[in-house]
Amino acid sequence: MYPDDRRYTREHEWAKREDGRVRVGITRFAAERLSDVVYIELPTVGTEVRAMQPFGVVESVKAASDLYAPVSGRVVEVNADLLEHPERINQDPHGDAWLIVVEPANDTEWDQLLTAEAYAALVAAEGA
Amino acid sequence: MSALRQTSLHAAHRAAGARLVPFAGWEMPLQYVGIVAEHVAVRTRAGLFDVSHMGQIRVEGREALEVVQRVITNDASRLSVGRGLYTPMCLPSGGIVDDVTVFRVAEDVYLFVVNAARRERDVAWITEHAAGATATVHDVSDATALLALQGPRAAAILARVADGEVTVLPRFHALDDVRIAGVPAWVSRTGYTGEDGFELAVPWDEAPRVWYALLEAGQPEGLVPAGLGARDTLRLEAGYMLYGNDIDETTTPLEAPLAWTVKFDKGEFVGREALIRQHTEGVTRRLVGFEVVDRAIARAHQGIWAEGVRIGRVTSGTFAPTLQRPIGLGYVPVAYAAVGTRLEIEARGTYVPARVVSLPFYRRPTH
Repeated sequence: MYPDDRRYTREHEWAKREDGRVRVGITRFAAERLSDVVYIELPTVGTEVRAMQPFGVVESVKAASDLYAPVSGRVVEVNADLLEHPERINQDPHGDAWLIVVEPANDTEWDQLLTAEAYAALVAAEGA
Repeated sequence: MSALRQTSLHAAHRAAGARLVPFAGWEMPLQYVGIVAEHVAVRTRAGLFDVSHMGQIRVEGREALEVVQRVITNDASRLSVGRGLYTPMCLPSGGIVDDVTVFRVAEDVYLFVVNAARRERDVAWITEHAAGATATVHDVSDATALLALQGPRAAAILARVADGEVTVLPRFHALDDVRIAGVPAWVSRTGYTGEDGFELAVPWDEAPRVWYALLEAGQPEGLVPAGLGARDTLRLEAGYMLYGNDIDETTTPLEAPLAWTVKFDKGEFVGREALIRQHTEGVTRRLVGFEVVDRAIARAHQGIWAEGVRIGRVTSGTFAPTLQRPIGLGYVPVAYAAVGTRLEIEARGTYVPARVVSLPFYRRPTH
């Protein structure tokens, strides 16, 4: 359910290391809990984000939710496609519907993130 | 913490992959495949809702009508057997105890269909006002399951499983002793979605039989189970109030757009004096519909601002799937209630522009 090629936040974002950069998205659990996503707000390329601080907002028919940066750093890529097709977050949250790519400011924050196993346990507890 | 109650369709919801959430003390389906898909199904085809959590209260006896007339603002004296009406019940202050549908099901028998969260309050309230009258008040909610079949294909689907001529029922009429898939049902034609539709009251344990029969009969028509999420977006597009959000004991029918349900000329009823006073003096605030003019969604409890001042609050807000834009309801001073008035909604520390529009947001096309 939760790929172990990446780490997770307690706020339901995933972070995947790719050549020293970190790709960020929200988890399937978050996408399902939000229900249908209708809007998304993302930062522009070049924005500095800080670990566990909001960097954007996702709005569904049901609720609005802040997006939290798994790590600090500079945004180097934004999934602009999502602004036009926010529903893709419900379809492929772990794949095509990634949100941003960050050039991390340090390596220490990565180790604070949850493993897939720990995240699955968190979701099991929250979902119960 | 008390355990959540489950309807007799709980297993059917699980089987259909429902996401179940707590609602008014019940564990109810929020959605099956998705709120928007279910919303679109109801607007274009049909949706089936489990609304068994709603309360049903019978008032019967020689003076049942007097009791009904005392507790509601609308006029039940014009109801012939088999007809119903929508009405608030008010406090002496004019505040709304609940908004309900009342049917005259037999000569001296009236049925209130009430909000799940207000059931106990309503039973106590009606009972209190039945004191001294030759009438009894029974909470029959536990014996009766309630399904709502809504959408342009609802009548065609119901016709396939009902034995009687239910599809010729006019709106706000009801029929007793209809058989649906062999199950005795009481069927009314109202709705909370803005579409044509029916409510089917059946014995509690028989609901799954009716549920599956309808889903099977409705399959060629595109019928799907629909949850509370779609119910909320549908009712908001149709401009219907949600008790506890848009109306409550601190708001009156004249402030909400429910003046049409207050019949001053019918005689005495609880709240009449206060409402006459408010009617004469004029209300100071109104519940208005608004559109958000930006890519943001207003949510209940957010502030409504105008000219740099907080003037009110959002009571309901969502993205309207049919209209493809964010809409909401909220109370504002009358000076800001005119259609076209510019407002701002305070959302997550920013202010997004909105404007007052007329209700309902969505009206079903007439055929």
